[in-house]
Amino acid sequence: MIPELGHFALIVAFLLSVAQAVFGLGGAARRDGAWLAAAGSAVVGQFVFVALSFGALTWAFVERDFSVLYVATNSHSELPLFYRVAAVWGAHEGSLLLWSLCLAGWTLGVVAASRSLDAPFRGRVIGILGIISIGFQLFMLATSNPFTRLVPAAPEGLDLNPLLQDFALAVHPPILYLGYVGFAVAFAFACATLIEGRLDAAWARWTRPWTLAAWMFLTIGIALGSWWAYYELGWGGWWFWDPVENASFMPWLAGTALIHSLAVTEKRGLFKSWTLLLAVAAFSLSLLGTFLVRSGILISVHAFATDPARGAFILAFLGIVIGGALVLYAWRAPRLASSASFEPTSRESFLLLNNALLVAALSLILLGTLYPLFMDALELGKVTVGAPWFNLMFLVPMLPLLLLLGIGMHAAWKRGHLLTVRSRLWIAAGCAIAGALLIGALAYADLRPITTLGFALALWVMLSSLLMPLARLRARQPLPAAVVGMVVAHFGVGLATFGITGVQSFKVEKDFALAVGEAASIGGYDFRFSALRDVRGANFTGVEADILVSRDGEKVTMLQPQKRLYNSGGNPMTEAGIEVGPTRDLFAALGDNLGEGRWSVRLQYKPLIRYIWLGAILVAFGGLLAALDRRYRLPARARDAQTSAATAS
Amino acid sequence: MKLPLRFLVPVLAFAVLVAFFVIGLKRDPGQIPSPLIGKPAPAFALESLGDPNWIVGPADFAGRPWLLNVWGSWCVGCRQEHDALMAIAGQNRVPIMGLNLWDERERALRWLADLGNPYVSVAYDPDGRTSIDWGVYGAPETFLVDASGTVVKKHIGPITLQVWQAEFLPLLAAGAQAP
Repeated sequence: MIPELGHFALIVAFLLSVAQAVFGLGGAARRDGAWLAAAGSAVVGQFVFVALSFGALTWAFVERDFSVLYVATNSHSELPLFYRVAAVWGAHEGSLLLWSLCLAGWTLGVVAASRSLDAPFRGRVIGILGIISIGFQLFMLATSNPFTRLVPAAPEGLDLNPLLQDFALAVHPPILYLGYVGFAVAFAFACATLIEGRLDAAWARWTRPWTLAAWMFLTIGIALGSWWAYYELGWGGWWFWDPVENASFMPWLAGTALIHSLAVTEKRGLFKSWTLLLAVAAFSLSLLGTFLVRSGILISVHAFATDPARGAFILAFLGIVIGGALVLYAWRAPRLASSASFEPTSRESFLLLNNALLVAALSLILLGTLYPLFMDALELGKVTVGAPWFNLMFLVPMLPLLLLLGIGMHAAWKRGHLLTVRSRLWIAAGCAIAGALLIGALAYADLRPITTLGFALALWVMLSSLLMPLARLRARQPLPAAVVGMVVAHFGVGLATFGITGVQSFKVEKDFALAVGEAASIGGYDFRFSALRDVRGANFTGVEADILVSRDGEKVTMLQPQKRLYNSGGNPMTEAGIEVGPTRDLFAALGDNLGEGRWSVRLQYKPLIRYIWLGAILVAFGGLLAALDRRYRLPARARDAQTSAATAS
Repeated sequence: MKLPLRFLVPVLAFAVLVAFFVIGLKRDPGQIPSPLIGKPAPAFALESLGDPNWIVGPADFAGRPWLLNVWGSWCVGCRQEHDALMAIAGQNRVPIMGLNLWDERERALRWLADLGNPYVSVAYDPDGRTSIDWGVYGAPETFLVDASGTVVKKHIGPITLQVWQAEFLPLLAAGAQAP
């Protein structure tokens, strides 16, 4: 009964999305206050019914209702409660429902926070979000209904994919989706602006905190995914350039470009049509990512359930939403052209370069991801583009980006001089190079040019970021949250670069065949396979190894990697044993039983890898600080006054 | 009003991308049609996996619909679909015959002992000759043969309960209603 109610709630939510789109866009066109008010109410109703539907599916999982096909396929009676709840979004149908819930939540947020907006504009934003909502709910109802019954009911569930039975991956999808879907707000703002054909600084000011919030969630989501892949897949890698990873990274790059471009649009009223295009692109790439992951058009190690019929639906939806927005752009954007001058070394120039380099990186990744598809469609054979290509190509735009970042942060708007900080920047650059040489020589006895360059750029970005608040404090200038956020985020970029340089340059990864009592050495550490025992968990059995790690005869730690076989069947799962440290991780994973008491054991030494995720956390935190800046929370009238002052200046 | 061309670039680029996606979707590797559909099931008489003296074949199921599942203990996809096969066998709608491909008897029997046996009988095809008659690309593959002995459905790759529910059960129900 409850699953049927959930299905019914989903249908009602779909109808309310239609009402939201019709009353929002129609009300704005007719300038009809009653219609616009109805659109706002439809949003509230839509959220309530999507939440009810989501609740019903969660209930079916918690109560182990194996007469629901989706539950029977993705749960098991022995699955612990936490993972039974997380299993709601463990596969395709439930993920879509979560998408829809996130979208309804963001829309509700927009409605609640935008009372001061011009009513027709607000109606258009709500209406466009309604159209997106219609697409996803129709998709579920037509091809991916999570409430389909299984007749006769399964006596036992097939279990949640054991790879997904993990904390990081349980919370990864909701956070990632909050990011993906959050870009829908910027998308809707951009489309509404294009429909109205006018754009002012207030628009940028409205869009910025929403974009920052979505971007922050996406940052955390991507970092969580990378962390999970590191300890759960058993390979010890932290980024694979897999199509699914690229699908989340491309909107992130577009979002990063958008945040920076919005700054120019807000402060100087420039880059208007470019900013609108980026706002459309960020969400379009989110949708494209969903299409690539869900349609099975690309093969991925993260492969979820794939289905060409679903692919066709998403593609049609993609065509309507993205195609429609881009046609609107081609038609309306030319009249938004802005003209104002700025010097070649002004902040605007640096942000323009930032955008060019980020979009270049994005294009390279898009090309690499879709290249196999192009080749196949042109009947030129099946090819794959591997990580080495991406690693190399990504460096090309990233190295200049990091170099310019350190300078651009200190450039003044409009004017073209850096005199005030020039001498300090030279000192920072000198310190960065000296520091990189010292780290390379003393810690690793290795001065390869690319490694030294990586460390130097990392230190340069971090030092340059710190200069900014120090200079402001010395001059007794105020330090608004937006500036602190920018500094923290840029420092995080430097820290992540530091970690990436370290791990890519000095990692050691080796596989050994070891029997109990034998030992192997890598990276100056001795790993002794000292014991092997059986283990039993709530829903799995397996073996656990004791691997004693020592350095120069002194015990460092005991790693305990596991090999698990879940009771519900499926492939054996690897739980790596990892010792975390400020200068390195030590990693051991159990491979196959080679017979005669020997096991294949994967040992890894990963210098500085923690700083990648620590950097990502700082980047996200910086985004949060910037989104919470006071100027986005000023009362509407004060903001309007400021805006007109800004446009006048 | 004159439309500056550069503003058209994004939508044109997107159109090209969509064209590629349309082609890409049609080229899905899971959609290889089988020439066997609608034809009589190829006959065979093979040794049973568990007992070389016992001969099994399609003749065992004359007048009833049945499933043929091609598998091997070497095959990862078979391991993946095993739970779904067990569930399908548990529903008791249709008998499943296994066609054990390119395998060693002992390993295959140990697999069934360890993971459970969803099959009514298993035909042993170590050199894959019978599998070639059936047009098998690799394991796992699953065929549905109706009561008249005609192949009505082929699924390539691991079978799931979704596929079973959506693609196999309707065919079975239709077969049951036909005279």
